[in-house]
Amino acid sequence: MLEIKNLSKRYEGGPLALDDVSFDIPQGEFLAVIGLSGSGKSTLLRCINRLIEPTAGDIIWDGINVTEASDDELRTVRRKIGMVFQHFNLVSRSTVLTNVLSGRLGYVNPAMSFLNKFPQEDIDNAHKELERVGIAEKAHQRADELSGGQQQRVGIARAMMQNPAIILADEPVASLDPVLAHSIMQHLEKINKEQGVTILCSLHFLDLVHKYADRAIALNDGKLMYDGPPSGIDDAKFKEIYGKDAERVG
Amino acid sequence: MNNNEKSLKKSLGRGLVIALVLIVFAYAFQVTDVDFGTTRDEVRQTSITRVLRALAHPDIFVYETEELDVEIPFYLPCPEGETPSLPEAPSSEPYITASAACGAAGEILTVEGFNFPTYAQGPLNFVTASGVKKQLEKFQADADGYFIYEIETPNRQPVAEAQAIRATVRTNVGSPKWSDNAIATWEKIIETIFIALLATFIGTLIAIPTSFVAARNLMVENTSPLTSIAFSIIGWIIGLWAGLQAANRLVALFEPIQENLLLGLVGLLVSVGLLYAVLRWSIPAEDSEKKSLGLRIISSLGMVIFSISTVVLFGISFRALGAAMIEPLGIFGFLGNFIFQIGEIVVMLTPGLVGIVTGAILGSILSKIGQRISDNRPAAQVRLTNIILASVAGAALFAILGAGVEWFYQLANPIKTLYIPAAVGAILGLILALTTSAKKPMPTGLIFYTITRTILNGTRSVEPLVMAIVAVIWVGIGPFAGSLALALHTVAALAKLYSEQVESISAGPIEAVQATGANQLQTIIYAVVPQIIPPYISFTMYRWDINVRMSTIIGFVGGGGIGFLLSQNINLLDYRAASAQMLAIAVVVATMDYISSVIREKFV
Repeated sequence: MLEIKNLSKRYEGGPLALDDVSFDIPQGEFLAVIGLSGSGKSTLLRCINRLIEPTAGDIIWDGINVTEASDDELRTVRRKIGMVFQHFNLVSRSTVLTNVLSGRLGYVNPAMSFLNKFPQEDIDNAHKELERVGIAEKAHQRADELSGGQQQRVGIARAMMQNPAIILADEPVASLDPVLAHSIMQHLEKINKEQGVTILCSLHFLDLVHKYADRAIALNDGKLMYDGPPSGIDDAKFKEIYGKDAERVG
Repeated sequence: MNNNEKSLKKSLGRGLVIALVLIVFAYAFQVTDVDFGTTRDEVRQTSITRVLRALAHPDIFVYETEELDVEIPFYLPCPEGETPSLPEAPSSEPYITASAACGAAGEILTVEGFNFPTYAQGPLNFVTASGVKKQLEKFQADADGYFIYEIETPNRQPVAEAQAIRATVRTNVGSPKWSDNAIATWEKIIETIFIALLATFIGTLIAIPTSFVAARNLMVENTSPLTSIAFSIIGWIIGLWAGLQAANRLVALFEPIQENLLLGLVGLLVSVGLLYAVLRWSIPAEDSEKKSLGLRIISSLGMVIFSISTVVLFGISFRALGAAMIEPLGIFGFLGNFIFQIGEIVVMLTPGLVGIVTGAILGSILSKIGQRISDNRPAAQVRLTNIILASVAGAALFAILGAGVEWFYQLANPIKTLYIPAAVGAILGLILALTTSAKKPMPTGLIFYTITRTILNGTRSVEPLVMAIVAVIWVGIGPFAGSLALALHTVAALAKLYSEQVESISAGPIEAVQATGANQLQTIIYAVVPQIIPPYISFTMYRWDINVRMSTIIGFVGGGGIGFLLSQNINLLDYRAASAQMLAIAVVVATMDYISSVIREKFV
C-alpha cells in the first residue's frame, strides 16, 4: 500500500541524505528501519508525508503519488498517516486532551477548530484513546507535566486520533529507558496486531527489532543496505550496516 | 619569527589600541563641549541650587493662610523740623523696630523684629501712603521669634505724610488642601495612563498577526508558482477595487437609516440572523461533506453580502445608538460616546476592510486556479500563461506604485506616473516569466517577510515623538494624537519582538501538527500560539511600561498627557509645579513597573 521508488534527498549544499532508496510496505506490516545516527532514517520517514520535500523519486500511497500531490491532496494524505516522534513533539503548554485532539485537525471543519471546538464524538474518542494507552486521568493536565513515557503515549494517542492506515514512528523509544521502551513498543505492536495499522518504525536497538518487527530495512549513508527479516541480520550484515568497528550490544 | 618579536608586536598593537581609544574620547570631549569649569561657576551654582530646592518642594498642597501685619510708620524723606520718633514697643505682641524712623531714598536701615511666632516668615514690605507695596526683604524669624535685616529704603517720590514698613506674617491654618497644580496633575496623569493603555492595546492587536508574517520560519515554507502569484495579484487588485466600490455603495444605501435608530438595530439583527443561517448551512461539521460548486459559490456570495451588510449596519446603528445615549446617561455619557466612536471606527474602516477581504477572497480563488493550471498543464502552456499574466500583474502593480508617486509629488504627468511605470512593470513581469522555469515555486513567503520586515524597521526607527508631531497635525493637539503615535510605534516595535519569539520556538510541535494534515492557520493556532503566549505577554507588558514612560513626554510636542503640563511649567520657570508632575510620573512609572513584573511572573 506504500511504495517507495528511487527516493533521493539532497539537503542544500550537503551530500545525499537518501540515495536511490526503493522498497514497499504491504498493509499491516511492522517494518523497522535501522541504521546509524545520520544514516537517513528520519529523512526517509519525513519524506513519506513530505514534511521534507524529496529531491527525486516517487512515493505511491494508495495509488496517489504523494510527491506530486497538491497542498490539498497532501493534507488528505497526511491525515491518514500518523506520526510519532523521538522527542514526542507535544505542545507542552496545551493540555493532554488538546494535544490528542489536534490529531483530528485534518478532518474537522477548520473554522470551528480555530475556536478550539471539536465535535463531541472526537472528544469521546480522545478520551478512549487516552484510556487505551493507560493515562485517561491525565487528560486535563498540561502536557509538560507528564513524564517522558507518558508523553510518548500521548503522542501515540494523537497519531491514533487520525484513524491512520500507517504510523511513522521516528525512533519512538530513543529518549526513554529500556522498561518504558518496551511498554511503548508493546503499544505500537498492539495497534499493529489488533487494528491492522501498518507501522514503519526507525529503531536503534537490534533486540527491539528482533522482538517486534516483521521485517527490517537498513540504511547506511542514505543507501539501502538490507531488506529482509530481522533474523537475517548476521554479524557480517551487521558490520556492513553499522561499520567495521561496531560491536553488537543488547 | 622568535617569541620576543611576537610579544613586541603584541605590545605595540595594544599600545596603539589604547592610544586610539584615548583619541576617540578626547575628540568626544571636544564635540560634546565638556566644560566642568561651568559647573563651579557661582551664578550657575546659585541657579541650580534654586531649581533643585524648588524641585524638592513640589507644589501639591496648599494651606489657607492667616495674615498678621506688624508695621511702623516711616518718613521718606525725613520731614523738616522735628524728627519723628518710633512708637513705643509693646512688650508681648510682635513688633518691629528700625534704626531710624525716617530717611532718604537709598539709605541703609536696620530692621529688627521681636516676639514673632517661632520661625514665622513672610515679606517685609515698604507700604506707600496710597497702599502700594514694595518688597524689601523676605524675613524669617528664629527660634525666639527675632529677626534682623539690613534694608535699603526705596527710591520714591518724596511724600510728606508717614508711610510704613510692614512685616506680614503668614501662618498656615487648617488642614492642607490639594493645590490647583496637584488637581491638574492628577487629571493629566490619568490621561497619560489611558494613552498608554490604548496605544498598547491597539498596537498589540495589530502587532500579533503582523508578527506571524514577519517570522521567517513560518513564511519560508510558503512558495507558489508564478502562475498562481500572477493570478493572485490580479485577483487582489480587482477584489480590492470591487470591494471598495461595493462597500461605499452599501454605506450610501444605508445612509437614510442613520437617523432611525430602531430601523438600524432591526436591520442589524436581521442581517446577523441571515449571516448565521448562511454560515450554519454552508459550513458542515466535517470537512468531508463537500457541496457542489454552484452551492458553494452561492453560499460564499451570501456570506460576503451578509457580512458586509452586518458590518455596515453595526457601524451605523452603533453610531446612532451612542449619540442617543450620551445625553440621558449623564456622567456616564462617556459610555455613549464610546459606542458612538466604535460605530464611527467601523463605518470608517468598512470600505477598506471589505476591500481587503474581497481582495483576499478573489486573490486566493484565482491563486488556486493558477496553482491548478501550473500543476496540470504542460510546461509550454504554463509558460505562455505566465508571460501574459506576469506582464499584466507587473504592469498593474507598478501602475499602483505610480499612483502613489503621483499622490505624493503631484506631477500631473500620466506619462511619468502611469504609462512608464506600467511599461516597466510589464517588462519586469515578462523578464521574470521568461527567465524562470515555468513551474518553479517562488518564495512568496520570503517576499512578504522581507517587505513586512522592511516596513517595520523603517517605522521603528522613527521616534514616537516625531510621529506625534505628524499626528498632531492630522488630528490636532491632544491625547488622541499621542495615542495614535504611540500605537503606531508599538506595532512596529512589538511585531519585531514577537516575530523573533516566533522564530525561536521549537519546531517539533509544528512538525507534529503539520503531520496530522492541519492547514497553515490550524498549525499556527495549535502549534505556534501556545508556545508564544508567555513571551508575548511578557513583551506586551514591557511595551506597556515603555508606553507609560513615552506618554509622559509625548505631551512636549502636543500629544496630550502630563508632558503638556510639565513642559508648560518648565517654560514658565515654575519648578515647584513641574516637580509635582515629575513626582507623579515617577510614581506611575514605578507602579506600572511593579504591576507588569507581577503579571509577567504569573504567566511566564
